[in-house]
Amino acid sequence: MSFPALPLDKPVLYRVMALLAALLLIPLGNLLLPESSALHFSTYTVSLLGKYLTFALLALALDLVWGYCGILSLGHGVFFALGGYAMGMYLMRQIGERGVYGNPLLPDFMVFLNWQTLPWYWLGFDHFAYALLMIVLAPAVLAFVFGWLAFRSRVTGVYLSIITQALAYALMLAFFRNEMGFGGNNGLTDFKDILGYNLQQDATRDVLFAVTALSVALAYLAARAVVRSKLGRVVLAVRDAESRVRFLGYRVEMFKLWIFVFSAILAGIAGALYVPQVGIINPSEFSPLNSLEIVIWVAVGGRGTLYGALLGAILVNYGKTVFTAVLPEVWLFALGTIFIVVTLFLPDGLVGFWQRHRREHA
Amino acid sequence: MTTLLQKPLDSDEPVVGLHPILYMEDVTVSFDGFRALNNLNLYIDEGELRCIIGPNGAGKTTLMDVITGKTRPDRGTVFFGQTTDLLSLDEPAIAHAGICRKFQKPSVFEQLSVFENLELAMHTDKRVWPTLFARLKGTERAAIDAVAETIGLQNCRTLRAGTLSHGQKQWLEIGMLLMQKPRVLLVDEPVAGMTHQETERTAELLQSLAGQHSVIVVEHDMAFVRSIARKVTVLHEGSVLMEGTMDDVQNDPRVIQVYLGA
Ligand SMILES: Nc1ncnc2c1ncn2[C@@H]1O[C@H](COP(=O)(O)OP(=O)(O)O)[C@@H](O)[C@H]1O
Ligand SMILES: [Mg+2]
Repeated sequence: MSFPALPLDKPVLYRVMALLAALLLIPLGNLLLPESSALHFSTYTVSLLGKYLTFALLALALDLVWGYCGILSLGHGVFFALGGYAMGMYLMRQIGERGVYGNPLLPDFMVFLNWQTLPWYWLGFDHFAYALLMIVLAPAVLAFVFGWLAFRSRVTGVYLSIITQALAYALMLAFFRNEMGFGGNNGLTDFKDILGYNLQQDATRDVLFAVTALSVALAYLAARAVVRSKLGRVVLAVRDAESRVRFLGYRVEMFKLWIFVFSAILAGIAGALYVPQVGIINPSEFSPLNSLEIVIWVAVGGRGTLYGALLGAILVNYGKTVFTAVLPEVWLFALGTIFIVVTLFLPDGLVGFWQRHRREHA
Repeated sequence: MTTLLQKPLDSDEPVVGLHPILYMEDVTVSFDGFRALNNLNLYIDEGELRCIIGPNGAGKTTLMDVITGKTRPDRGTVFFGQTTDLLSLDEPAIAHAGICRKFQKPSVFEQLSVFENLELAMHTDKRVWPTLFARLKGTERAAIDAVAETIGLQNCRTLRAGTLSHGQKQWLEIGMLLMQKPRVLLVDEPVAGMTHQETERTAELLQSLAGQHSVIVVEHDMAFVRSIARKVTVLHEGSVLMEGTMDDVQNDPRVIQVYLGA
């Protein structure tokens, strides 16, 4: 079989590469320029921007299912958190004897719980390659099982949204429990290094940022190739007239399942990139509220465009950083207001607003 | 076979004696005790153009729902050809077997272009992975263009389907059926809401399709039915009231009572 070609247009590829190159100046500025320079970015800023980029990737994942396939998942934070926990487990195993209790085999929280052996599901996480596999596999398997059950029984619309939300809530409660073996409500933290490189070092942070930027670029190109393929058109058709697609001979549930699993994998990768940059993963990442926030990012940017989702995630999170520094208790109200304003006045988000503006003044 | 199938269109006699392609025997569908179809028997021949008429609520749409797998009957058998038991298949499998359907309400993909609508309908491998990697071949492109021509939309191929007129959407949907290489076309109220000219063109289109395909048309518009029908089935309260030519039907006292005379 020849390598299957998916549509990919050159101009977009060049634009993405240019943007990526510009982003890479940020860690380079941190690493090479003196602190006095105007183009020097502090390590704090690099990690903050890196975090925004992982959120952008998460928003991209949601846009694939919501914007293109019409599946309003209110539980996408679950896949992000699973990817994050898989990475967190690897980072925990990297700590080795350097924990507070100095136990070479068990993470601190297990020693604290008086556990004698490592639970079976922690085995293998000392290998980076295994962790990478789990980062993809854990969200993919959950999305597959959930999607298989939901889509085959033709649960759609509000009902589907509600059960995704319930899924998030259930997993949050489960991960809060100490007996689950994921660190309870403290989660996983106090990481020391990744692949032998100290996580507190600037260079490590810079490389993590660069890897994140590259991942976002690749994910964007992959997602774009998917939505511009024939499968992308089928998925769009499902969004607009599901039963028509079925009577054309497509197994709608399989197409939904495919895009849902693909999206969950991207979300898992985003979570895995998030954890080493913020240094912690805990059950609050499963919180239903987190999943709702992703929806708002995508709605603000404009769904069904991919880059709108990226833009929305970065803008809203920048707003959140600024806001929570000044008036932390007001943030949730601000977020709610943004959502209402966007729903009422910018149904296609900022990107849609901008496109209409350009058409009208063309 | 083709000589037999291509009977002159002005003949009043129904096409008979060919292989039946669709059998429905003793089919009953009830919704909360109400029988939308009641011991219905229907046989459609290969290449036939059959019109089904009947008052509102007679069960015409339900009949199409049963054939295409959307509704499961409580009782009865539905066979396609000699061997295919349609009751054991789901919607995509029935579509794949060659039974294609136009909905009562025009149903095209408004966000996609006319060309893309036809492309999605095209008879090909419709599983997920082959669809992801599908590239249009030259012959497929030509087939799409040919159907666009047949339905008179050759100059609108790049237009978004949402921008088409009501009549054009109806034709596009018929075009989508043709792309599926169907053996049986089920067409639910194709001329509802059409202008006089559009109705005439639709009549021509459907007539040109009979012969190569079996076509079942559900319609209210009597003038339209008269212009295309060779054999008419009258449905009433979920069963067949009578079958015959349009003249037979219009002169039948029972039909006059339940439908035409009303
Ligand atoms: N899903 C359903 N649930 C309940 N009743 C239905 C349903 N579908 C159709 N019916 C009833 O079955 C009867 C036949 O409907 P239908 O087949 O749509 O009639 P027609 O197309 O001939 O106008 C009507 O009385 C209708 O109200
Ligand atoms: Mg009807």
